[in-house]
Order: sequence, then structure tokens, then C-alpha cells
Amino acid sequence: MSDDRNDLATLAEDLVNRVHALASLDALREAEASLVGRRSPFAEAQRALGALGEEERRTRGAALQEARRRVEGELEARRALLAAEERRRALEADRLDLGDVVDAAVRLPVAVGHGGLIAATQRELEDVFVAMGFTVEEGPEVESDWYNFEALNMPPAHPARGLWDTLYVDLGAPETVVLRTHTSPTQIHLMERATAGGTLPIHSVMPGRCYRRDTPDARHLVAFHQIEGLVVAEGITFADLAGTIESFTAAYFGPSITSRLRPGFFPFTEPSAEFEVTCTVCRGAGCRTCSMTGWVELGGCGMVDPAVLAAVGIDPERYHGFAFGFGIDRCAMMRYEIADLRALTENDVRFVEQFS
Amino acid sequence: MRISLTWLRDFVDLPESPEELRGVLDDLGLVVEGIERVGEGLEDVVVARVEQIAAIPGADRIRRVVVEAGDGPLEIVCGAWNFHEGDRVPLAPVGAVLPGGFAIARRTMRGVTSNGMLCSGRELGLSDDQSGLLVLNDQPGAEPGRRLVEVLGLAPDVVFDVSVEGNRPDAWCVEGVARDLAVRLARPLRAPRLASPRGAVATAAVAGARIEAPDLCGRLTVSVLRHVRVAPSPAWVVERLRAAGMRPISNVVDASNLVMLELGQPTHPYDRARVAGATLGARRARAGEALTTLDGVERRLATPGRGLGDTGEDCVIVDGEDRVLGLAGIMGGAASEITEATTEVLLEAACFDPMAIARSSKRHGLRTEASARFERGVDPTLALRAVARLVAVLEESSPGLEWLAEPLDVTGDLPEVPTLTLAARDVADLLGTTIAADEVRRLLSGLDFAVEGDDPFVVRPPARRLDVRAGLEGRADLIEEVARLHGYGRLARRVPSWPEVGGLTDRQRMRRRLRDAAVALGALEVWTPTLVAPGEHALVEVGPPVAVANPLSAEESVLRGTCVTGVARAWLRNLERGRGDVALFEVGTVFTHPEVAAHPRRTRGGVGGASEVDLPEEGERLTLVLGRPHDDAVAATVLARALLGRLALADVVVRALADAPPGVHPTRAAALVDRASGARLGVVGEVDPALVAALAGGEAPRRAGLVELDLDALCDPARATPAPRTIRVPSRFPSAVIDLAFVAPDALNAQDLAHALTTTDERVESVALFDVYRGGAVPSGSRSLAFTVRLSSPERTLDEREVAQLREALIESGRALGASLR
Repeated sequence: MSDDRNDLATLAEDLVNRVHALASLDALREAEASLVGRRSPFAEAQRALGALGEEERRTRGAALQEARRRVEGELEARRALLAAEERRRALEADRLDLGDVVDAAVRLPVAVGHGGLIAATQRELEDVFVAMGFTVEEGPEVESDWYNFEALNMPPAHPARGLWDTLYVDLGAPETVVLRTHTSPTQIHLMERATAGGTLPIHSVMPGRCYRRDTPDARHLVAFHQIEGLVVAEGITFADLAGTIESFTAAYFGPSITSRLRPGFFPFTEPSAEFEVTCTVCRGAGCRTCSMTGWVELGGCGMVDPAVLAAVGIDPERYHGFAFGFGIDRCAMMRYEIADLRALTENDVRFVEQFS
Repeated sequence: MRISLTWLRDFVDLPESPEELRGVLDDLGLVVEGIERVGEGLEDVVVARVEQIAAIPGADRIRRVVVEAGDGPLEIVCGAWNFHEGDRVPLAPVGAVLPGGFAIARRTMRGVTSNGMLCSGRELGLSDDQSGLLVLNDQPGAEPGRRLVEVLGLAPDVVFDVSVEGNRPDAWCVEGVARDLAVRLARPLRAPRLASPRGAVATAAVAGARIEAPDLCGRLTVSVLRHVRVAPSPAWVVERLRAAGMRPISNVVDASNLVMLELGQPTHPYDRARVAGATLGARRARAGEALTTLDGVERRLATPGRGLGDTGEDCVIVDGEDRVLGLAGIMGGAASEITEATTEVLLEAACFDPMAIARSSKRHGLRTEASARFERGVDPTLALRAVARLVAVLEESSPGLEWLAEPLDVTGDLPEVPTLTLAARDVADLLGTTIAADEVRRLLSGLDFAVEGDDPFVVRPPARRLDVRAGLEGRADLIEEVARLHGYGRLARRVPSWPEVGGLTDRQRMRRRLRDAAVALGALEVWTPTLVAPGEHALVEVGPPVAVANPLSAEESVLRGTCVTGVARAWLRNLERGRGDVALFEVGTVFTHPEVAAHPRRTRGGVGGASEVDLPEEGERLTLVLGRPHDDAVAATVLARALLGRLALADVVVRALADAPPGVHPTRAAALVDRASGARLGVVGEVDPALVAALAGGEAPRRAGLVELDLDALCDPARATPAPRTIRVPSRFPSAVIDLAFVAPDALNAQDLAHALTTTDERVESVALFDVYRGGAVPSGSRSLAFTVRLSSPERTLDEREVAQLREALIESGRALGASLR
């Protein structure tokens, strides 16, 4: 029996040597069947097992398996090596010095280009707010729990967190890092910078990508875009908030579109409101889109909660603030009557070419 | 929350139409998400007595039934089998329109004419039962021909689906909604009928209550109900529970649920005989304790969970022998449940720390009607009033019920009720609308806020308003209440203005310029996912992935480290559709794991923001894939140079690259380098064919040019040197054009040579490479670079002598770099 083992070992050794001698991927592919496949000595030995007694069959079978694995392992290693070599050779043959490129070699522009719908919508919104005297600020997409929730008046396990289905990032202790669920953490960064740098008042809008743990459908994507506004100054009131939303609505959607506010709840504003705009489909007459109400909900807003101001070192006795936020994607949907948001991430050229 | 109009009308007169009420509720912030009409369409349904049942020849699923419904025998075809001759069942006659708009017509089936339809509970919208007809034999007064609505005491009703915001736990019940309506409509609020404890025996003589964790349990009341007869609830209770979306179980459980819906107080009835010592206690669960809740799940208690700051704290209800009976405020255990044999009930009505309930509920994945209310905050003074209401309801179906005197009422740490000051001026300062002091007082008083003094007022919220905080925050809370009741629609609007101008940052302007340039050069902008599959992330070696801990699917579980993969994939998909002849670009964020990031972001994190956490580096890239047939690294280079030419940068050189970044063709790549700073602003070349092959699932279909620009570098003036602001006015005089061909060693960058030529003399107007030639007389290791040079002077036309001098100077510039005139 030890002889059997030995001749299997010798066989394996012999085959491994043949593997090492293979000089190209083509040669390897050609030899594969005769080394480990149907036409290999292993296949033959496998067939011979049937004639043996049970005990012997098991022992020899195991030895056979081991020898075959060894050759297979070597074969795969050789394949990787040859593939890497061939890639190296192909890349070398492909080498090109780009320092010598003659500009006239390519005619430009390559076609008529088109910007993305979301980027274009974001720009239009930014432009409306810039014209109203706002600056544009940005913040990161990965945030600590503190910025995304706690600094916004939502300590851990706070039920209001249920308003957001959160995607957590595998960094630090569990649930300490999140993909921001809204652009509001950027408000906190902004207020912290304003306090540290003595740059109050603040009049800014903050666009950006946010994330939610929610099965995508026609109106929701896991990643979505929001724009958030924040004004912190002396003498700011709810009337300023309502007026700002009204001017924005008319400027962006058109003069026939108006807005209205109704009470809402956000942990970081008090009083809080939801804001609705005239349904852009039926112009307020009532239709399916607006459930016959003539209004569609666009976003949330409110007066910055004194606790939020105090937490970033702004004196809530002296300063008031208002904040608002809404979906950029939703604005694009409303304006271009896109029934299914998922079309935006398809990146079909025939879709993109329609944007102006 | 589903809430019926009839129920609301118990508390306040509401003659308005449902649509009018919807408007009022919406405006109060109690948003009506839907209005449902129940019990309608039953007006024509009558009671019928089954006289005769006969088979229809050739039909095995339907039978011919003759019924008497007051006007003589009627022939009906019926597919139900659960009834017999003599039974009384509902009949929808021809012409009736059932709930859901189903119109009954005369029909003929298998030669038999059906003059109406016999109905199941489901068809009538009265229950979910569709296994057979609704049999009315037990219903008093179910005489043939009588209207079903009269027999069952059904009245058409309207159910509002009201969405109650998280800060209004007080409004999460019928009375709460009615209270808001009463104040808004200036009508009185009626109190529900309450029972009183009675009986000679004091509760303390037969039962016990204790709080061992006063921070978790603010109040624990224990009542004893004797002579309880467990039976079905009266019709009105069943109807209201059903309208609210709850299933009736038995009169005791139903009364408990009804009171929760009506007043907002969850209660828990135990079978007194099954609670050791007839004593309830509230304490912290101890490590190692377990409980099988009513849903049959065994729960390990006091086990820390994953949540941030979660210590594993659970509040439990225990019996007189300290055995755990239930998860306080969330769900009871099976062992002490009410059964049909129950005759004495131990009734718990309590309140718990909202955050403790929220944590336990989240950790155990167990959200119940009770826990949802406790985690928002239940009025800590409500418990015994709720019991009084429960007893009043239960008495109807359990006559002789006795609620023992002096129910036990122990308290733990109750939330402090803040004392606030509020002036009408404060309201105007925050709202920008002046509301008269009297009106402020009226609105707040209507909601049971104690308003004392004369503007400024001293205000104390009622105990149920746990959302009202102390100090300045509390003042904002009060002002919100005033605004809400006054009506947001009546508040002033003013467009604010300020002296500061708005605008974009340099970075935002740079990004826009870059986007515009890419579009102007003919590219289409795409949006590819930031969350990708781990396998896709691994295609390009950018270090360990930043992974999502709780992804919806593996396909969206790690943050991308590059945009190349996404844009290349978008190109390939369009190529499959026959539209690969495009240039696609994305301006997007890429994420680098903090372990390998050059600049990880360290920021405040942890509970209370007390610790620090390292976050991924977020970089921003423009990634452009050039995919037309024959587009390659050369095309990408030309496009990149054109793109950079639009960014007002001083000078960017295309330089050979020793090691191309992952995702880029390793031998067809070059760096875009700022000449002055030496900083790399981007890479140009082709998408690595191995990446394209992997994405295409086979061979790469063709080459694809690639431009990748680093916005972080482009927006940093120390790295991306801006062009001088001055613009040269071209000369009015004709330019002299000469061609110069140099033999340049391979090591000499063509653009460096061009730069040297350009800076030779200010009369050099432009230098453009137009030909590269190898072989022939050109020695190996060198190539011929031919430039067109335009020369001009703002003062005059250059004469031959000047051109010749300049030509010599240009040749000398080339020579200084090792290039000789060919």
C-alpha cells in the first residue's frame, strides 16, 4: 500500500514538473485535460478504484485525491503566473507615450454634451437661493452619530430617529458612524465654524447626497439628494421663514405656484412645519398626484431649536434661526414629470440626451 | 392612528363634513392621511330566513336557495355552504350597492334566476370572515325583512387615518384629537363616563404594588376587579376597535385596548389567581433572567445590545415572589394572561421612562401599541382615570363587577413639570406675528396649560405635555402651541433681506466650470451608485472598503473607492444598447478607509459627542470615459488638455507615469501635472482593459479613453496654479508662421520643449506640436517633434531679420534642453 502511495507521489511530482514546463496560457489550456482532467492518469486511477476492496479503496482514494489536489494547485498557480506574464507582455506591447500627443489628432467637441438632471436641478436651486442672498455650503456624506443625530437634539435610542431608516458604517463602535440621513449635520458643522470664526450671521443653503435604508421604488432611492437652508441672525422670525419659502417657490416653480405651511415635528426645530406647494400637475385644481387636495408636500422647516443653537455655542437669547430642507430629486420629478426616479440611475444615453 | 368620527363626537360637537374636518385637522398638524367610510352601502341589506335549499342540476358549487325577506319567497343562487333551512342571514336585494361599490343585479346561473345575494361578513365590510354567510340566528330582533343596520345597531361612520407627530403623545388618542379640535373650534370638550372604586375591601388588603427602580417606573397603580365575567364585548366596543384596526378578543382585553385608544393610557390586565401574592413590582431585570413574552418568543433580559450607548437595561414587572411577569410597558408574559376562566383581574396602569422603553423595545425588536405610546411619553397622572374608564366600559358586559376601593398608587421619579414665563412679545419675536395676550392665554388655557399673571404669563403645562421642556426651549414649545392653534396659515410672511451677498465658494465655481467644460466638449453626465457590491469594489485596488454595517443588500454594501468602475459600467451598458459612441462623465465622491487615508477625518462621535472617531476621507473626482470607436489614450489626452484649458490654470503638463493608479491602463497612462507646483491634478489614459473585461464578463469590447481629475487638487491654488489674470490683446499686425522640427531624446517631454519655445521671447504668440516622427534618419532613443510657431509683435509687422533672429533664439532654447534642429 505504501508503494501505491509512493507511485502516486511520483506521478504527482512528474505532473507538477510538466505544469512548470508549460510556457503559455494556450499550452496550459491544451494540457489541462491530460494533467488533471478526463484524460489524466488520475482519471484512470480513479476508474481502477472500483476493483478494490472497501478499505483499500478508501485509503487509495484519499491518496489519489491528495495527489490530484497538489497538481491542481500547481496548475492554478501556473495559470495565474502565465496570465500575469501575458498581461505584462500585452501591456508592454501596448505602451504609449502620451507626452507626444498632437492636439490636432482629435476633433473636439466629441458630440453635443448634456449635464445630469440632478446636477442641473441642484444648480438651478442653488442659483435661486444665491440670488436671494444665500451662500452655498457642503458637508461630508459619512458622519458620526453625533452630527447626524445627537447634536440635532436626538440622543441615542430617541424615538424620533425612527423618522430615518439609517445605514450604519462599519467603523468605530457599533452605530457610531452613519451615512448621513439628511443634510442637517452640515448645519451643525456650519454653525460650529461660524461660532469658532465669529462669522455669524449665517445665510446658507446646503445641497448634498443622503442615504436611507429603504427598499428602492419609483419615488425613493437608497441615495437621494437634499437641499437644506439655514439662516441664523438677530431678529429672524417664522415670518421670514414663510416668506423665504414663498419667494423660493415662486422663483423656482413659477409665479402661479404658492406655498403653505402646516404644523409638523422635527427634533431640531421648534416651531416646526411641513411645507406644501401648489400641485404643479393640476395647478391646484386637484388631481391624482395631489390626492385631490391641490397641494403636494415638498419639505420640512422650522425655527432652529434653542437647544441646537446652544449646543454649538450660539446664544439663543440673542440669535434666532430658521431652517428648511427638501428633496432635489423630488423637484426634478415634479418639474420634468418623471414617474420613476430609478430612470435617473440607469444612465441610459437616450435619457440623458434629453436634458438641457 | 385610525379614529372614527362617531368616537370623536362623543367628546366634542362636530357638525362639519369629514372633508371640512380634514382641513381643520391638517391645519392643527394632525395630518389626515386618508378618510374611509365604513357601514355605508348596508342601508338596503335586510334579514332573510332560509326556507328551502336545493341542488341545481349540473352545478356542484352553487345551490338554489329560497328565502323569506318579508315580501314573499325569493329565489337566490348561493355558493356558501355554512347554513341550514331556518337560519337567518343577510340579503342584499337587487339594486343594492355593497361597500366597495359592488352593485347587485338580477342574474341567471344554470337556468336559475338569482334575485339578490346572501352575504358574508367580509362582503358587508363587517368582518374578515369570508368562509360563509354571516349567520344572524343569535342576534336579537333578526326578523325577516328588518334592515340589517337596525338589527346590528350599525351606523355609517367615517374613519380618519390621522398621523400624529412624535412630539404629540397627548394627541395620540381620541380624547387628545378631540381636545385640539375643541380649542380650535372654541367648543366644550366632554369627559367620558367614568366609574368609581367601591366595595368594603380596600385594595391593599388583597394586593400589593412596589417600585424598585424609580428612575425607570414613574408610577405603578394596581387595581383589583372582582366578579369579572369574561365574555364578548358589546357591539359598540367591537365596532370602535375594528374601526381603529384592532381585533376584538374578550371584554377585558377589549376594554383595555379601547381605553388606550380613547385616552392614551396602556393598561395590562393579569389573571389575579395566576400572580403570586397578587402583587406587582417594577424593577430592573437582572443578568441571566429570561422571559417568554405573549408572542411566544423567549427573551434574554439585561443583555447589552448593539445600539450606541445601550447598556442592556430592561424594566420588568415582577410578581410577589420576584418572578418576571412581563417586559414593562412593552409586552406581558404568557403565564399570567387573562383566560375565559378568569374571575378576578389585577390591573396594572403605569408609566415608564420613555427612553428606557425605547431602548428595550429597539433591542428586543418588539414594538407594540403600548411600547410605542410609552416611548413617546404617557401622561404620568392618567393611570387611575384610565382605570375608571376601563371599569365603566367593562361593567356593560360584566354586570356586578367590583373595583376594590383605594387602588394602589405608588410613584417613582415623575418628570418635573416646568414653570415657564411667556410674554406676548416673545410670541411676536419668534413668529413675526403679533397675537394678542388674551388670545395667547385662551389658546394655552384651552389645552389645560395653567396660565397665571398678566402678560408676561407664568405658564405650567399639564402633566400630559411631556414634550414641553424647561427654559428657552420650553418657551419655543409654548409658542409652537400658540402658532398651531392660531393657525399657521394666518401667520405673517416677510421676505427677509440682509446686507451680505450670496454666492458660491471657489470650489463650487471650479466644479461648475469643470462640468460645463466637460459638457461643452461633448460629454454626457451620469450618476452612478456610491454604494456598490464588495466584488465591484475589489476590481480596483483602492484599499480596504468602507462597509455598511446593515446593508439592504450585498449589492449596495460598500462605499465606492473610485468612480472609474461605475462610469465604465455605465458606458458598457450603453454599448450593449448600441449607444457606446459617447463620452460619459461623473463628478462624484470617492471614499478611502481611514486606515489607509492620507487625511482621515477625525471628528466628534460616541455618546454625547464625548469621544472621537476616524471617518473615511472623502475625495471628489471628475471621471470621464471616452468610448467612441477608436477613442484611446491619445483622444483622452487631447480631451483632458482641452478640459484643463477651460479652468484658467497656468500650465499643466502631461507627464509619463511610473505607476498608473489602479483602474487605469498601466502602460497607457500619464499624469496631469501642474508645471509650477509639480502637483498631480489628475490622470489621463485608458480604462484598464482588465477592468473593462471584468465588467463586460469576458473580453474588453474595445479601448476606452479615461480622464480622471482630482477636484481637491484643482481647488487648491497651492497645487493648481491659477493663470495670470491679464489677458493679452492679439496683435493687429500679421503673424509670421514658422515650422521647426527638433530631434529630441525620448526623455525630453514634448510639452516641456514647447514651453521652452513659448517662453523664449514675448513675441512668440503660440507653439503647437503638429508631427511626431520616429525612424529613418532619426536615431533610436529620439524622435522628431515638429512645431508650428507663430510670431507677432503688437507694434509692427515683424521683418525677415527679426523672424530669423527669433528662429535662432528658438533653436537655442531647444538646444538648451538637448533637442537639435532636424
